[in-house]
Amino acid sequence: MAELRQIAFYGKGGIGKSTTSQNTLAAMAHYFGKKILIVGCDPKADSTRLILHEKAQCTIMQLASEAGTVEDLELEDVCKPGAAEFDPDNTDITEGFIMCAESGGPEPGVGCAGRGVITAINFLEEEGAYDQDLDFVSYDVLGDVVCGGFAMPIREGKAQEIYIVMSGEMMAMYAANNISKGILKYANTGGVRLAGLICNARMTDREYDLAKHLAEQIGTQLIHFVPRSNHVQRAELRRMTVVEFADKTDQAFEYKELARKIIDNDLKVIPKPLEMDDLEALLMEFGLEEEVEADAIGKKASA
Amino acid sequence: MQDVENIVNGQKLFLKPEYQEVFKNKKQFESNTGSTNPEKVIEIAKWTTTWEYREKNLAREHITINPAKACQPLGAVMAALGFENTMPYVHGSHGCVAYFRSYFTRHFKEPTPCVSDSMSESAAVFGGLSNMKEGLRNCKALYKPDMIAVSTTCMAEVIGDDLNAFVIGARKDAEGELDNTPIPAAHTPSFVGSHITGYDNMMNAILQELNMVEEGVEAPKDAERINIIPGFESYLGSLKEVKKIASMFSDKIVMIGDHEDQWNTPAGEYKLFAGGTPLSVAKTARGAGTTISLQKYSTQATAKTIKGEWKQNYVTCNPIGLGGTDEFVMKLSELTGKPVPAELTKLRGQLVDAMQDSYPYMHGKKFAIWGDPDFLLGVVSFLVEMGAIPVHVLCHNAPRKNWEKEMQAILDKCTFKEECHIWAGKDLWHLRSLLFTEPVDFMIGNVYGKELYRDTKIPLIRIGFPIFDRHHLHRYSISGYEGALNLLTWITNSVLDALDEETKEIAKTDYFFDCVR
Repeated sequence: MAELRQIAFYGKGGIGKSTTSQNTLAAMAHYFGKKILIVGCDPKADSTRLILHEKAQCTIMQLASEAGTVEDLELEDVCKPGAAEFDPDNTDITEGFIMCAESGGPEPGVGCAGRGVITAINFLEEEGAYDQDLDFVSYDVLGDVVCGGFAMPIREGKAQEIYIVMSGEMMAMYAANNISKGILKYANTGGVRLAGLICNARMTDREYDLAKHLAEQIGTQLIHFVPRSNHVQRAELRRMTVVEFADKTDQAFEYKELARKIIDNDLKVIPKPLEMDDLEALLMEFGLEEEVEADAIGKKASA
Repeated sequence: MQDVENIVNGQKLFLKPEYQEVFKNKKQFESNTGSTNPEKVIEIAKWTTTWEYREKNLAREHITINPAKACQPLGAVMAALGFENTMPYVHGSHGCVAYFRSYFTRHFKEPTPCVSDSMSESAAVFGGLSNMKEGLRNCKALYKPDMIAVSTTCMAEVIGDDLNAFVIGARKDAEGELDNTPIPAAHTPSFVGSHITGYDNMMNAILQELNMVEEGVEAPKDAERINIIPGFESYLGSLKEVKKIASMFSDKIVMIGDHEDQWNTPAGEYKLFAGGTPLSVAKTARGAGTTISLQKYSTQATAKTIKGEWKQNYVTCNPIGLGGTDEFVMKLSELTGKPVPAELTKLRGQLVDAMQDSYPYMHGKKFAIWGDPDFLLGVVSFLVEMGAIPVHVLCHNAPRKNWEKEMQAILDKCTFKEECHIWAGKDLWHLRSLLFTEPVDFMIGNVYGKELYRDTKIPLIRIGFPIFDRHHLHRYSISGYEGALNLLTWITNSVLDALDEETKEIAKTDYFFDCVR
């Protein structure tokens, strides 16, 4: 058995992180026969629905609160095999498979979602979810690394490679930069490394150049530029990945290429996040924003 | 009021007429229910003794009343103090650590060294790394421990502090001050498990930290060596007795986590640390032939390390009661290849003789008992050996897997097994209902049974942890043949005390008020 690789997808909310990660992981299983465990670390619990063909999986925290304590759960209750070709027992298309778990967490505005992530990952580890014959464990983590709980996947001994999903918009880039700061904190004492940016294209102006430039500035690579495609949407409405829905389409091949790059990736760095000023300068340089004179700050647009 | 020349304590003071007057006058300000309506109070109090209330009580899910367990870091502190010159360091809030220290101190009547890095509001927001950096250096500089054992409180756990990374970071920034100090670290969230989980996590962290080997390098082996891990053992005499028995078989048996001396220091100049397993001994634990855990359910994570990583022979024994001690002794004999020493055989014979003497008094008596899982397995098996009926066996921190089954197997040996019940995960307010609806003759448990005694009048025999209101019991052993003799003495004499109480009334019951029992 090859050594288990633990990877994580981070990125701003709404960037298409879950869609990108599920399609990419599906491609790793579909085309390359990889054996994968997905650990969704987002209270929304939408990191596995395309693999399971379900609306939303029962989460570890949801089941734990019903049972009273997480200790009352069994691994089979929370760790589900993927649907159809992603089931370990289904080897028609691929030897690869995907197991799915979601940490879950509270409704917006209450409780502590970060603690949910810690509890869930501890549970999976203790119950031996990682001991199965796996090539990859993949964490899908929400938004910015807002608290210690959401950094759980990048603690020592957890994910070693981080992929940041972003686009050419200012806030997505800002978030990507912030996540790099989080990684930097942990990289100084541990083994976690930034492994690349994935640009999930919004088709904004000069998006590719901008993403590539940002990646270089942070010290990493733009590992893939995923173009926009309606196939993704069509597959998603069927609760499927493009890879499964239409594995001969160009879009599926884009994910196949990204999957190959991740499997072969050996560029893992300690990131060099930018200061806010540098980030703004970058946007101006690429013409997304015009240069603003100091005396124009805070002034309304003239009619 | 107090008279300077004749100070009285609270017991007598408030009986003085001026205080009684105050209490009486205060009544008018109290609401219309409760104390001003004694009939209602009596009515409700009566209702709480009924089967109807019991059903409601047992269905209770969302609140714990009078728990029979403590929290993880408390156990972590005990585990740490089992090692020589080791400072327990709790990463988190100050108040928690004050609680651990006073808890142990009230029980042992001895000071308990333990430090905290006092996380406050800003540490909760920004993470506790800077507290850890300063705290570890301060701890080393002030108290000069050889090892610092780090555990956590809820606060650090909820905000997700990455303990391992923090320790590495703190070490790096300490300008060499922490270089030769092992700093094992264990996550011990109080809202998971109980004090025995914390003991386990800390013990596991300490053994892993001290026994790290580089890949491919074999730890030096000594097949004859045996490690004994006592578990969360509050009876210092038990530690002593286990060591005594072990030494009769071999001088290569060592206790890992020996906190006997720490809570039994002589009068004189105060020293922070006393006794404990030397670090040099703990560092070679990996190379031993066998490790024996005396509390299976307090060392489950540790067991995984010993069996899985160390590939060592791992066995569990529970040397409480006759059968339990026999098993332990035979295991030592098997492992060392030596026959049981005559001295032990004699002690066993004396115990059996004593058990026969007291058997008629304990036989058929009904008991309610609570405590930690391994403690209960031991003491309940002793009760069954003495023909007693453990009617209510309550374990608030009962392990999820196997414990109930194991306890049931012990109860199945009881002649009156239909009367015996196991109450896993229940608290002492549940027990109150059980005692009123299905009464017993005696209770065995810790100090928190005191209110139950007042409410139910059932005598409480204090065996367990913590015991704050009786002195020196922790000095005795409850393990080994002599420990069993102590259990026998305490329980039998409580039975006899009760018998005297029942038969003391002149010309009514005193036909059995005998001087010879």
